Amino acid sequence: MSLAECRSAGALEVKFVPDEDVLRHIADDAGIKVQKGKNQLIANPKRFVKKLEAISDDEAQEVLEEKSYVAVLGVCGEESMTNGSSVGGGEVYTFQTPKRSNKMAELASELAQTPGQSAVPDPSKCPEKTAKTPQSSKRSSSSQVQQKTKKNEFVSTTPYRLRKRLADAQLESESEYSASCSEEEEGEEAQKEVSTVLSHQKTPAKTKAVSTPPSRKTLTKKKDNMNDLVEEYFEAHSSSKVLTSDRTLQKLRRKRLNQQTLHDLLQKSPLAYAAEIKELNQQYESLFSKWMLQLHLGFNIVLYGLGSKHDLLEKFRTSMLQDCVHLVVNGYFPSITVKSVSVLNSITEEVLDHIGTFRSPLDQLEFIMKRFKEDSSLELYVLIHNLDSQMLRGERSQQILAQLSSLPSIYLIASIDHINAPLMWDQAKQSLYNWLWYETTTFSPYVEETSYENSLLVQQSGSLALSSLTHVLRSLTPNARGIFRLLAQYQLENKDNASYPGLSFQDFYQQCREAFLVNSDLTLRAQLTEFRDHKLIRTKRGADGVEYLLIPVDDSTLSDFLEKEDEDI
Amino acid sequence: MSTRSLSKGCFVFKPSPKKRKVSRTTAYYFREGSSDLEDSELRFATCQSLQKQVKSETEQIEEELNEQLFDNLVSFLRRSHSAFQEKKTEWTCRTKSREIPTAALVLGVNVTDHDFTFRSLSEVLQNNVTPYIALLEAKDCPGIKNLMQKLLGQLMNCCIDVDSSEEEDYEHVSRSRVRCSMTTLINWYESATKRTDSETPGKKRTSSRHWQSPPVVVIFKDMESFTTKVLQDFVVISSQHIGEFPLVLIFGIATSPMIIHSLLPHSVSSLLCIELFQSLSCKDHLSTIIDKILLTTQFPLKLSEKVLQVLINIFLYHDFSVQNFIKGFQLCIVEHFHSNPLSVLCCQLEEAKRRVNSLSHNQCENVRRLPSFRRYVESQVSEKQIALLTVDSSLKEAVQKLLEDLNVYHENYFPILRCLHVFTSSLPKYPLGKQIRELHCACLENRVWETEEYESSLQLARMLNKSDLVTMLQKCVEILVSSPGREFDEIVEKLKEFLTQFQKLEEAYQERDESISPQKELQKKTNLYHLQKTLLELKESRRSKKLTKFEMLRFEVVDYIDSLVRHYLVPADHKTLHEIVYFNTASVLREHLNAAPRIALHTALNNPYSYLKSEVL
Repeated sequence: MSLAECRSAGALEVKFVPDEDVLRHIADDAGIKVQKGKNQLIANPKRFVKKLEAISDDEAQEVLEEKSYVAVLGVCGEESMTNGSSVGGGEVYTFQTPKRSNKMAELASELAQTPGQSAVPDPSKCPEKTAKTPQSSKRSSSSQVQQKTKKNEFVSTTPYRLRKRLADAQLESESEYSASCSEEEEGEEAQKEVSTVLSHQKTPAKTKAVSTPPSRKTLTKKKDNMNDLVEEYFEAHSSSKVLTSDRTLQKLRRKRLNQQTLHDLLQKSPLAYAAEIKELNQQYESLFSKWMLQLHLGFNIVLYGLGSKHDLLEKFRTSMLQDCVHLVVNGYFPSITVKSVSVLNSITEEVLDHIGTFRSPLDQLEFIMKRFKEDSSLELYVLIHNLDSQMLRGERSQQILAQLSSLPSIYLIASIDHINAPLMWDQAKQSLYNWLWYETTTFSPYVEETSYENSLLVQQSGSLALSSLTHVLRSLTPNARGIFRLLAQYQLENKDNASYPGLSFQDFYQQCREAFLVNSDLTLRAQLTEFRDHKLIRTKRGADGVEYLLIPVDDSTLSDFLEKEDEDI
Repeated sequence: MSTRSLSKGCFVFKPSPKKRKVSRTTAYYFREGSSDLEDSELRFATCQSLQKQVKSETEQIEEELNEQLFDNLVSFLRRSHSAFQEKKTEWTCRTKSREIPTAALVLGVNVTDHDFTFRSLSEVLQNNVTPYIALLEAKDCPGIKNLMQKLLGQLMNCCIDVDSSEEEDYEHVSRSRVRCSMTTLINWYESATKRTDSETPGKKRTSSRHWQSPPVVVIFKDMESFTTKVLQDFVVISSQHIGEFPLVLIFGIATSPMIIHSLLPHSVSSLLCIELFQSLSCKDHLSTIIDKILLTTQFPLKLSEKVLQVLINIFLYHDFSVQNFIKGFQLCIVEHFHSNPLSVLCCQLEEAKRRVNSLSHNQCENVRRLPSFRRYVESQVSEKQIALLTVDSSLKEAVQKLLEDLNVYHENYFPILRCLHVFTSSLPKYPLGKQIRELHCACLENRVWETEEYESSLQLARMLNKSDLVTMLQKCVEILVSSPGREFDEIVEKLKEFLTQFQKLEEAYQERDESISPQKELQKKTNLYHLQKTLLELKESRRSKKLTKFEMLRFEVVDYIDSLVRHYLVPADHKTLHEIVYFNTASVLREHLNAAPRIALHTALNNPYSYLKSEVL
């Protein structure tokens, strides 16, 4: 049942799917990869195009079914959300990987039905086929297809679009042909494998059963199918063809930028759709007083959606909370913790003016809860940017925060960004938090939140390490600098040695003595302690118990450093 | 001051005390954010009072529901306690038994509701049994040491609470300094009971409320989350000392009682003398809540079908939490009063009538803008139309009348709904749903008598046997008699008449309906046309003729019920001014309570146009 037919009928149809189909649906997933590779080798490109067409139709139907299922659940009823995001569950989770499932298997098996055609991978090996012009091949195959559709009419799908496409197939068939040709070149090494697979394919009789949706035949053929499935499984897993894109950042011809230039470039480029984004944000700003109302009524507010919510919360803070005691927590800050260090301490020390320490965060929490319960005039607004950040997402931190937020006079407003963030909370925590969810898709860049992270686009130059090296070294005596130079030079000399363990202490001492840098191994040790304290060197004990010294900086930085040193001298 | 810093992640802002104004009230924000400024104070006050009402009502319902369970528990404690009393007199056998009396309280998976249950449980115990209660949660007790600390802390504190009236700071030792061991506990217990013993003559309160040497009750709120080792250790240690002080454990269990045996090895669980208690299932709980809060005229705010559907779905598919359901209802209240300026009229009828008189012109315009009111106006004669649309006073008059109508509608709606439910809930396969909430939703959604389900349920009802029918009718009579509706006298009369007819039927069971045998007539007719006609008639009549008196009566009853349904169970959105009392923006509710961050991200990335209304996208 194609989508188009559904549409023409004007009614949504719920299809019965028997168990064996479901089973096929699950089991065939494994076979996709190799079959996909196969498809690109088909000598008859037009057919392939049409098949794909049919597949997309069926896919749409699948989605339709999912949707109606969801609608039946009543979770995603007719009434769409205000922002128009009425997407069914199945659609969301699959993101960019469309569910080919059994469609591809069917396609492959139908190809196997005509083994003479498709088992020949290389057009050059089959002269009479290549001699055909695209037009002629089109005609023959189109008649073939029409026959096929007639045949199929009473058993299974008649892709409406397919028929429609026949009319204007000519242009596209040519373009597709060239496309598939280029793909053939790519998949050259996979060919052999595929041809073997094809020889293993099901017999025509069987494939018919497969290509017709719920038929009784499948029941009897189930066992055979399963055997094939097993084979397909191993085929799929033995194939080395990876479907992920290999266009990585490494392949960019341009050299990676340093932090500053990247920043400048980003600054220069204007924000797209600035006007619309601004309008969107203004919408959210009109909610501020509603948020305040709901906070006061005992709810806590969590913001979600694409885009940085930092500015929005900041605006909320400056416009609504100027006259109230409030606490801002930057969850994205790399060393933030709920326990002992940051959040609770901020509350006890600065909000409650309590001097003293607590033995455990639980004690501290109890103290805070007691104080807030005793003194009803105490009110505290807590703003947390990125409640789901690395540091705060732990179970215990969330528990503490949830308990804090459950106090009636602590008002929490937080933002989350991770797609799985809600998984942090179990029922108990969720009820403590008492969330009201607000969708605030801002589309604004996560500048603030990612400022502590390294960008992939930035060359990891280690400039920070270099500057710290020079800073520390500058404050040392010339002798100490010399010692470090020695070590650095030795390490650079050995940079090609992958198993370089470091310079052993004895050797180092010997070299230092020869350079008149130290007079006893005690002085050397004193120097090394100094280096170690500044994290300039690392000592490792080898298998033989000898101490090896190593500078934990990458080679390029080290050579930069040496060059700079040379300049200075 | 900025919140960007390289060295800090936490920023506290304290306004200088001079600047700190009296913090704005909630009402202020209600007014600020409200879409329409009309009557916001009044609306807020109504909203607050309604919320309070709902809260107290739900709490009361919960207490009633838990009463049975608590009674059982108290009697259990009494029994275990009496055993200890006996032992106390017979010092010899005291050391022999080492079993700790334990109550396993199966509460169901709706963990979020447990808190309330435990709170009221400890209250009940505090009032009736013992002052010594410790509530332990798994998250506070990662080790046996923490557990003992927590236990001692709670017990000693509560003891001090009891005596705080006369001894201000008696042994206000910080519990961190007390060595937390069983011995300390026992010593404390002895001194505490001795003290109360010596005080009993002077203070009657202790003796009247609690028993001599009250048991120490330790409640494990979430037994499943405790680590096995902690539980084991605690049980073993305390079983060593069970002879010295009366300890009773209560395990709160969310899953099944089997968990005790999977958590504790046999050697440990044999030290417990477990008795099982089952709390009411959350579904029953919800039905009661819906019954008492939504299906009454007591609360002016009503939920539309979709909203109710969303709330019930969240309950059934997500958490089984009654608390969350109530929370959702509270949110509905806030949203309704916040977003709808006319919600000022959503209160008890007399009050609403008074408020109608003081409506401002703007509010009158708001009324005129209501779609249901427009429909109403269109159905009036033209002079009246003009009056309604231009003259405020005539509008107010009409609104008062309409509100009264709406009230009457509700008064009739709920009893009839219950009656219908009596019928449909006993039909096979429940075509209209087993629960009254499903029936309610069906009735709110559209005209229920036009649905297929209703048709089939009527057909099934026509096949009911007599005893069922009679009991149902009796139930209906009860419902209608107890309801406050005014129009029900007639209906009750009619139903009673049916009942007496049934009775009569029984007496005259043998009597058959004698009719003129059609055969005779047949012989008279010779004309072919007439013959055909009579044969047809005969066929028709044979079908009906087969009906006994009982069947006829049954048809009559079902038809009568049908007529009642058609008359009283009109969907609410066909009623004028329903917007005032019905909250129907289900999308808001779903967005805020049952959000889908994944979908939001997906849409934002794949279809940004839905957010940014730019032509380019």
